[in-house]
Amino acid sequence: MRIALFITCFNDTMFPRTGRAVTALLERLGHTVEFPQGQTCCGQMHFNTGYRPEALPLVRRFAEVFAGYDAVVAPSGSCAGMVRGHHRVVAAQYGDPALAEAVDRVVPTVYELSELLVDVLGVTDVGAYFPHRVTYHPTCHSLRMLRVGDRPLQLLRAVKGIDLVELPDAGSCCGFGGTFALKNADVSNAMLSDKMRHVQDTGAEFLCAGDNSCLAHIGGGLSRLRTGVGTLHLAEILAATEGHTR
Amino acid sequence: MSGADNVVWLGAPAFPEAARGALADTRLRANLRRATGTIRDKRLAVTAELEDWEELRETAAAVKRHTLRHLDHYLLRLEEAVTAAGGTVHWAADAAAANRIVTELVRATGEREVVKVKSMATQEIGLNEALADAGIRAYETDLAELIVQLGDDRPSHILVPAIHRGRSEIREIFRREMGEWGRPAPDTLTDDPRDLAEAARLHLREKFLRAKVAVSGANFAAADTGTVVVVESEGNGRMCLTLPETLITVMGIEKVLPAFADLDVFLQLLPRSSTGERMNPYTSLWTGVTDGDGPSSFHLVLLDNGRTATLADEVGRQALACIRCSACLNVCPVYERTGGHAYGSVYPGPIGAVLTPQLVGVENAASLPFASTLCGACYDACPVKIDIPEVLVHLRAEVVEAERRSRLLPTPEALAMKAASAVLSSPRRLAAVQRLAVLGARLLSRDGRIGALPGPFARWSGTRDTPVPPRESMRAWWRRTRTGTRDEGRTETEGKERR
Repeated sequence: MRIALFITCFNDTMFPRTGRAVTALLERLGHTVEFPQGQTCCGQMHFNTGYRPEALPLVRRFAEVFAGYDAVVAPSGSCAGMVRGHHRVVAAQYGDPALAEAVDRVVPTVYELSELLVDVLGVTDVGAYFPHRVTYHPTCHSLRMLRVGDRPLQLLRAVKGIDLVELPDAGSCCGFGGTFALKNADVSNAMLSDKMRHVQDTGAEFLCAGDNSCLAHIGGGLSRLRTGVGTLHLAEILAATEGHTR
Repeated sequence: MSGADNVVWLGAPAFPEAARGALADTRLRANLRRATGTIRDKRLAVTAELEDWEELRETAAAVKRHTLRHLDHYLLRLEEAVTAAGGTVHWAADAAAANRIVTELVRATGEREVVKVKSMATQEIGLNEALADAGIRAYETDLAELIVQLGDDRPSHILVPAIHRGRSEIREIFRREMGEWGRPAPDTLTDDPRDLAEAARLHLREKFLRAKVAVSGANFAAADTGTVVVVESEGNGRMCLTLPETLITVMGIEKVLPAFADLDVFLQLLPRSSTGERMNPYTSLWTGVTDGDGPSSFHLVLLDNGRTATLADEVGRQALACIRCSACLNVCPVYERTGGHAYGSVYPGPIGAVLTPQLVGVENAASLPFASTLCGACYDACPVKIDIPEVLVHLRAEVVEAERRSRLLPTPEALAMKAASAVLSSPRRLAAVQRLAVLGARLLSRDGRIGALPGPFARWSGTRDTPVPPRESMRAWWRRTRTGTRDEGRTETEGKERR
């Protein structure tokens, strides 16, 4: 299968290791990964903060750059959610029928990583090895926008050597919320402190999630308090194999 | 735009500022955590046991959508049916008109006091204050509303207005205030819930037996029969709706349902969503007046107060489907931590964040659409499937557009967003900025992380470390390892050429 990787602007800049992990994982499973160099950003920050005209060129670019692939994979629940949930809204609002058509064509090919693996590629055991205690935080947009359900957990449970522990109150938001973390910094911190407490209660070495933006928020707090708990994107655990792990 | 009312509280600070104080209030945090946690668990248990819960939600959403689309028609039918049953219908364009109508109706009876059933609509219009100005005392009879009224306080929750109060605070309020308004609380009053309820019962009984006029809201009204419905848990509503001679009901125009039979769906959804009960304890239904049974005079005041304007917004109008169950408040991680007062409106929580700015105009409640992480828990909980996150982002765009129109110079945020859009519109510019970010981050970092920073970055970095971006971005790595060139992002159409 010819799969385009939509790395997302945030991962591209801050967490390229996640992109390399997705590439390694999909190639290990026998698929061809392509990285369209024209890609930039899904426009989520602009759309969710109220800057729709500024999101329009990004929506247009996405539809152009990612047209024609068997599948497009994004290692981010919220960016995949933005494309699937809101690109049509932006295209419709600015009354451009050609763009709306292009968006309609590309949207059904876009998957979050766990969706691609479980639903499209039909695999839950990806042959990973990760001998560590891990807890999983189901990020809000994966859970309630994309409805990925327990797909990430199916994938993690099949990882060899992993000690997967349940995160208490897992479904509640970590308090990141994009620009919310800046506009409502105090509430964001109040939510963050509860999430960090739950993570630490599990005794996990690593907190895993399908979205590096939520992880940067929770992990940033865990790092500031020197908890020693690390954060890892789902792709990085799934890409780890015997002999190639941390 | 509405008149002087409680949709937004005059002088209330913007949400982030109000939230800061609330977050530091240990007692408030504990009260909220306990109360929302309890209601949340109860709701989950009783909604999970219904196999057709999702179908019920779908049906309710469809009924509300249909009704709102034909609101003019159903309101006229309702007026006809209520009038035919011996009631009188009044139309109020805004809060001031509604308050005037109710005040005149009470005056016409010659009475100086009224008993009240818990009602969001009368809270919204500030009826108690308007009646007080006319020398008429309004007694709240719902236990939580009584606590709020005696405490000279504001409601902080749609269903449980005194959710911010713990039982020791309630005891203090009862001991201090009850005597001022009627039968005092006994000196031996403890903070045992049973004891507190008994004190309220005795205090209120006096009011019920004396009152000649009652004021209520309405949960539903059936347009075909003219039947009005009030759903409550304490029996105080039943007292108010049956004992007095005159009953005045203030109802938002969006509360009408096409038919009596529609109650089938809503009376299943409402108690399970609001109190986590399978069936509601006291459901009062009345159709006009009946000789020798209940009030001999019934007035229905139909309130607009910004609702028609809300109806004109194709995305935002779904907020009018709200049945005031409060499920969205109880599941909201923001509300759970700040409580209702931080929203500065009679309608707090997620539904308030979408309803309030529409009722008063976004420029008068500009911080509310941003008082959410867009986590989506509210949408999942809503019994009438209001897509609250969708309306929130829609209203955020309206806030931004209103700012653009009202300012000569763009805000720093608007400039930053514009710049970000320009950068992200070009892979070449993005790559250049990535290289700059790496340089900047290395200057600011220690031990591989960026710690606390001054100025505008403090809001993020005050509590979180930021990792230093690696030297090689994903796109740079791809080009180096897969295409054998190190000069990243050379042409913008590269992606298309490569296919």
